Amino acid sequence: MRSMREALAGFRRTPLLCALSIGATGLSLVILGLFGLVAHNIGGAIGDVERRVEVVGYLLDDAGPEQVRAARREMEALPAVESVRYVSKDEALERARRDLVEFSDIYGELRVNPLPASFHLRLREGFRTPATVSETAGMLAAYPFIEEARFGDEWVERLFALRSAATGIALALGGGFALIAVLLIVTTVRMAILARGEEIEIMQIVGAREGYIQRPFLLEGAVTGLAGGLLALGVTRLAYVVFPVRFAAIESLAWLPHLWTAAGVAAAAVLGLLAAAYSVHREVGRAYGPS
Amino acid sequence: MISLRGVSKAYPRSGDALRGVSFRLRKGEFAFLTGPSGAGKSTVLELIHFQTRPTEGEVQVSRYNSRRVRRRDIPALRRRVGFVFQDFKLLERLTAAENVAFALEVIGTPRREIAGRVQRLLSQVGLAARARSRPSELSGGERQRVAVARALATEPRILLADEPTGNLDPDAAGGVFELFRMLNRLGTAVLMATHDADFVRRHPDVRRLELEDGRLARDSAA
Repeated sequence: MRSMREALAGFRRTPLLCALSIGATGLSLVILGLFGLVAHNIGGAIGDVERRVEVVGYLLDDAGPEQVRAARREMEALPAVESVRYVSKDEALERARRDLVEFSDIYGELRVNPLPASFHLRLREGFRTPATVSETAGMLAAYPFIEEARFGDEWVERLFALRSAATGIALALGGGFALIAVLLIVTTVRMAILARGEEIEIMQIVGAREGYIQRPFLLEGAVTGLAGGLLALGVTRLAYVVFPVRFAAIESLAWLPHLWTAAGVAAAAVLGLLAAAYSVHREVGRAYGPS
Repeated sequence: MISLRGVSKAYPRSGDALRGVSFRLRKGEFAFLTGPSGAGKSTVLELIHFQTRPTEGEVQVSRYNSRRVRRRDIPALRRRVGFVFQDFKLLERLTAAENVAFALEVIGTPRREIAGRVQRLLSQVGLAARARSRPSELSGGERQRVAVARALATEPRILLADEPTGNLDPDAAGGVFELFRMLNRLGTAVLMATHDADFVRRHPDVRRLELEDGRLARDSAA
């Protein structure tokens, strides 16, 4: 209670400094928020494409139904495999007639179905790497009744590279802007401590406990982080509503999941707390000497 | 009560501040710590208040030893050792009573007890009538009395005073010194650092610990 009173008194004593700090922290977090919005949408788009990654195995015409059933059970048991779909020769022809309308005449006149039956394997999230896709295709091709296994190796690799690059950029930029926010809060709390240097010195002299002195500053840092986080969330939402952006093939950007926004604001408060703890430890802690 | 054994203190930039200083101050004793500026008087007081630690040797204050003291015990030690400064260190935005109350609040005194204790402490130093005055409205001697009242808020067994009369005229200095003598008679041990040789000479009955260039050159009790 006293800590909260003192933290609020800190805001009242230096309102301009606190407003500037919350504003600057909020600004750096807005950039993080906007980038998060774009990253979320790119991630979603890549995820959609990734979900379509399939390993297709074409069966020889003389494959026996028992062999096919046994192979299907084996493949479904693989940890990387999410689903196995069997497409019979008839289904393949039906699909070809439906999807390839321009060749419907040719398919209509056929007396013998030239299309092979096939297995379509989809992989679980986290297993859609070029190495796993290739390995699964190799296992499929090893069955004697499989004529050929395909998986579009070139674009799977590109997709994976794109995902890795997007993750790397997100981490680097996210880390960078979070660091800027931390430095701003470190400076604010440090200035708040220096502004109350005389009081703190007297507290230490008369025997105040470290926690008693430090708690208001820690709270001030957490509140600054929280306020900056909420400000950033508000501005990001405003930008999202006012400037609807089309990005590449994405028709309209999706808003961030609630879990992301809640975690972002909470993380801002925690960053504020950690930044304040750093300042407090440096500026107040040394009066008590080594632990 | 206070014991320094072979204490040396060196600072990275300014070098040796103290070299092999040893002395004891018993319960209820009064002593001057004298010597020219730079002799190491303030360093001795800071060591006893555990604001700094010896480079060599050890400082013992009641049951607290500089070699073994835990960081979390230091506030409790400081409540037993009051500290008075030459420049008073009063908060200008607070009244005399509020300055004393601040110390009581900081150490967790229940709110309902604070007003009564502030009044008693200010009466003890002869300043009850100036409770509502801010430091800027008080004379040097009065400010020092407020600082003493604040130092007494924690009911210390030891009072350290670093040049407490340095900024005061002779009358005010005499008044503050008499206040220390009165507190000493009530059982508080007092160690008063001063470079004013004339002031010390006027009180020959008080034990004198003389520092010169970081060493204890003379102890009148030895």
